[in-house]
Amino acid sequence: MKLQISTSLALYSVLEFAASPGHQVSAAGIAAKYKVSTHHLAKVLRELVRADIIESTRGVGGGYRFRANAKRLTLMDVIELFERIGGRTGGSRDPGASTDVGRALGVVLAEIDEIATATFRSITIGTMLKLIDRQRRGTDEKTQGPPKRARKG
Amino acid sequence: MTELTRAGTDLRVRPVEAADLDQIIAIDADITGKKKTDYWYELFHRYGASRSRQRLFLVAEAGGEIQGFIIGEVRDWEFGSPPCGWVFGINVRPAARLAGIGTRLLEAICAGFRHAGVDKVRTLIARDNSLVLSFFRSQGMMAATFIPLEKDLR
Repeated sequence: MKLQISTSLALYSVLEFAASPGHQVSAAGIAAKYKVSTHHLAKVLRELVRADIIESTRGVGGGYRFRANAKRLTLMDVIELFERIGGRTGGSRDPGASTDVGRALGVVLAEIDEIATATFRSITIGTMLKLIDRQRRGTDEKTQGPPKRARKG
Repeated sequence: MTELTRAGTDLRVRPVEAADLDQIIAIDADITGKKKTDYWYELFHRYGASRSRQRLFLVAEAGGEIQGFIIGEVRDWEFGSPPCGWVFGINVRPAARLAGIGTRLLEAICAGFRHAGVDKVRTLIARDNSLVLSFFRSQGMMAATFIPLEKDLR
């Protein structure tokens, strides 16, 4: 499963903004962290502003702020702004899609798309933030070892 | 009553009792639109009355009313899997949702599973049931290593 670059960028950005609710986050900071052009990022952020997921703040220290409900907004809500899951498989431009083989392959691909869609629809931004936190703690434990126990007596 | 529940101060999770069944049946009927009295009495006898460590039927009670329930059991070597806990039913009154009751119920049944000696919990949910799917996801549950399959028999 691979998402288009704009979609991935939108998800990275939304998660960065949602991780700092109420705070302004600069687009330049996100562009640097994910190594993308500020021009490409600006286009993605404009779409997120239009969808009311973030708002731009002007003036000194201006940037963007998360304004959606992290417990309600799902990954699918963000993905749908940029691409359609399942839109790439088969279709009128694929001449083989109308053959017996093409139709059977279409059934399998549709099954995969349905599972992907259900997964994206079931994971909220809030749940993703918890997952990121768990992974971060897991990485910390691997690099630093488990928390040391106090020695007895 | 709802205030008490939302604050979470008066909430108690405990094993089901026969006297709870009418409220459980009503909650289920309210959500599913189908009153399944015989089914719930059967479940009570299998999971509630026996009080086994392997089978758990718990209710969340606040202000003298049942707000939700959860049912599950430890299954050994089903589908080739080492023993693990399965949650196969959870419901919370719609008016009492978003107050952490589902979380308390799941925590309680997981504690029961751990007590029974297993360290993994699983469940199965319809793909289009976004509400319950989102709930379990929010509790840290991830896709399992199994793929459910089915076939029409007619």
